[in-house]
Amino acid sequence: MAKRIDVSDLNVYYGAFKAVEGVTMTVEPRSVTAFIGPSGCGKSTFLRTLNRMHEVIPGGRVEGKVMLDDQDLYASNVDPVAVRRTVGMVFQRPNPFPTMSIYDNVAAGLRLNGVKGKKKLDEVVEKSLNGANLWNEVKDRLSKPGAGLSGGQQQRLCIARAIAVEPQVLLMDEPCSALDPISTLAIEDLISELKSKYTIVIVTHNMQQAARVSDQTAFFNLAATGKPGKLVEVDHTQKIFNNPGVKATEDYISGRFG
Amino acid sequence: MSTDTVAKAPERAAPPALGHPARGRAFRDQLARVVMWVAFLIALIPLVWILWTVLSKGVGLVLDSQWWTNSQKGITSRREGGGAVHAIQGTLIQGVTTSVISVPIGVMTAIYLVEYGRGKFAKAVSFMVDILTGVPSIVAGLFVYAVWVTTFGFQRVGFAVCLALVLLMIPVIVRSTEEMLKLVPNELREASYALGVPKWKTIVRVVLPTAFSGIITGVLLGLARVMGETAPLLILGPYTKSIATDLFGGYMATLPTMINQDRTESLQPAVDRVWAAALTLILLVLILNLAGRVIARFGSVTK
Repeated sequence: MAKRIDVSDLNVYYGAFKAVEGVTMTVEPRSVTAFIGPSGCGKSTFLRTLNRMHEVIPGGRVEGKVMLDDQDLYASNVDPVAVRRTVGMVFQRPNPFPTMSIYDNVAAGLRLNGVKGKKKLDEVVEKSLNGANLWNEVKDRLSKPGAGLSGGQQQRLCIARAIAVEPQVLLMDEPCSALDPISTLAIEDLISELKSKYTIVIVTHNMQQAARVSDQTAFFNLAATGKPGKLVEVDHTQKIFNNPGVKATEDYISGRFG
Repeated sequence: MSTDTVAKAPERAAPPALGHPARGRAFRDQLARVVMWVAFLIALIPLVWILWTVLSKGVGLVLDSQWWTNSQKGITSRREGGGAVHAIQGTLIQGVTTSVISVPIGVMTAIYLVEYGRGKFAKAVSFMVDILTGVPSIVAGLFVYAVWVTTFGFQRVGFAVCLALVLLMIPVIVRSTEEMLKLVPNELREASYALGVPKWKTIVRVVLPTAFSGIITGVLLGLARVMGETAPLLILGPYTKSIATDLFGGYMATLPTMINQDRTESLQPAVDRVWAAALTLILLVLILNLAGRVIARFGSVTK
């Protein structure tokens, strides 16, 4: 189910501005990869190229290759909508659909893609909410609006919504930055569980979080404002945090700059 | 709490000699408050005055059940009696027809401008809408007259009035819908895209429902505005005293033309009818406005 991501020589642009330059890396299936680095270094931008969300922004384009197993995501015959069904995404701020109930939020991905049948939907909703460790908290109020939940619950609802369409890969863009420590812990536990089924890529500003949840860590940096961000180093999380290969990584992790 | 602060104040180092800034600020605060209240009351005077005049002079006839059931057929200025149902019907029929034409065009134009429009064409469309907003209603009426009557040689009928009102209603709907669509957070669109939902479906199933109550409010306010329009009706929709429901044949009465018909009369029955018709029109517009508010409140997304 989970797939491997192979990125080679990827440049990402906003119009004429090159935001990220020359990224080459591999993400193994059923693993968690964390992206760390200072603000504006292109982590999120790069993350969004992995499910072709980058091109939603006017002027957004990409050069290079992103392979999902043996499928090039940017091949001319690939439908970006289909890519996003395969590679799900969870955003920084919880964003449940405000007009929909908890149930409808989780079922949204399937319903909007034309899946019908109450039995099938019931099944998927329960499974996804269970998968997001939210079922026990909301099973008695599935018809209440999703926006009425707490921030941490909303974010788990968004994760449930994302895994309801059974993606191969799950991208998370700072999923805990708007949450309190307890909710953060709940999400981190969830990430460790989801790892057995999905390939997960997570952007985080929290170094401890990267160290706690990820198997592999990628450090991004930019030379100066206005210059493109670059992938400085990617390696096993243990190695990045204990014995990084590049001085800049060590400086960043130990808090000497940034 | 406050006594605490007062008690502690002397212990602190004396403030440098800056005078009493608090006194000046308090004075300016009071002054601004008074000016705002006076402005508010001045603005209120004509509103209350109009409402009172219309209400006191028109309420008698409006409370009469005949007013809501009979037309003016066969009733001269000299005679009392009759009702305004022909004019109320005409106003409602024309209002609904105008909305049926304007709402799809206006809402879809707004969707284009907010969700798809990029570059020169979108700018041109937006500019046109601005110009259309500024078109005086009599110009819209004359334009439709030039096309409908002069060029095509058709009769002056209710539908021609609707066409002129459409010209006035579309920009109102485009602008209000645009504002509502812009209020829908981009994160919701992205969340939908990230589920592999195509853009058009995202707009139909996520963006429009989120903005729905706001769009409805805008439509009702636009409708209220065109229902009170008079100039195009004077040009395109002559008054008649009998009930007419055919938009394509014959004259059709409306409340504004009914008011206009009798406004020069000095005979009391006709004068009373003018005030009652004015009150009826105000009531219709008021009901639409209230409906807009209610939908906005109860249909709005619970945060």
